Amino acid sequence: MRRSILAALLSATAMLANAAMPAATDALKAGVLTPVMAAPALKLQGSDGKPLDLERFRGKVVLLAFGFSNCGEVCPITLATLAGARKKLAADAVNVQVVYVTVDPERDDAAQMRKFLGSFDPTFIGGVGTRGEIEAAEKNFGISSTKTVNADGSYNIGHSSSIYMIDRAGGLRAVMPYGHTVDEFVHDLKILLRQ
Amino acid sequence: MSPGKRTIVRVWAVVPLVAVLAALGWAGFAPLDVPSRDELFEIPKGTYARRMAGDKVEILPSRIRLTLGLNDVLLLRNLDDVPQVFGPTIMMPGQSFRLPFEKAAEYQFACTAHASGQMTIVVEEEPVMPWSRIHWRLREWRENRTR
Repeated sequence: MRRSILAALLSATAMLANAAMPAATDALKAGVLTPVMAAPALKLQGSDGKPLDLERFRGKVVLLAFGFSNCGEVCPITLATLAGARKKLAADAVNVQVVYVTVDPERDDAAQMRKFLGSFDPTFIGGVGTRGEIEAAEKNFGISSTKTVNADGSYNIGHSSSIYMIDRAGGLRAVMPYGHTVDEFVHDLKILLRQ
Repeated sequence: MSPGKRTIVRVWAVVPLVAVLAALGWAGFAPLDVPSRDELFEIPKGTYARRMAGDKVEILPSRIRLTLGLNDVLLLRNLDDVPQVFGPTIMMPGQSFRLPFEKAAEYQFACTAHASGQMTIVVEEEPVMPWSRIHWRLREWRENRTR
């Protein structure tokens, strides 16, 4: 009897201690925004043929980034990292949606984005639209993109490379700067999926 | 001078040397301490309006130095009335952005609170060796004096 009371007391103390102390593992690797505010509006066309807004993915954690299909370095690395993170999450990946919005609406239509993103993960959805719609999305999320035209008429686009992390309730929770690893994404996604 | 007086003079001559050695010993071996891991910077109210009025005054330093294990978290607060873009994110009025660093490197970020539109964060390894600790303390002391 005494032993069971002692065990119960110890267990209660441990629970209280856990509740009182923010676990170190709950600290995101990404940059955290506080207070949490609703993610800015996104009104585009999805590469899956459906209208694209963030309400569509309520209940899932959304990883939102901007780029373009002709990007030679940053976008392939980012997309490969996000695909790797989803793969590592296994069954939980169903609750993670990657949305990749083009900054090159002249070359990236729905079919092009579907082909490009599908080579990394067929569940990724691209955001496409008119120049005006894309610029509105960029402004809402503080994205910068700069076009550099080469001598031969071809062009490249320098663009913001962070990944926005939007929680299941649609709150803009965190921002992962470019260059983080698959494991760091998995770490943060697990935390966001628990909430 | 009598031999007794000569000894006293020699002892007094050694005192500054001992003090310097003790100070160097402390600076090199005592654990480094900072009040918080967060290095806080605030974007004051009215920044955007001042910028629009042509005021090029720098509100934030264009170069911020952080040290892993000591002050390795950048904490930005947007006290302005309009959203501000800091590198990887947009911060709404009243919002804070807390960005931890785990790798020593030089990071370049776009920042609308700067006249140049650019901000550099230099993240350095934690000083472990005595000489690097002395160097770190000296630099902190110099920077605190100029702030």
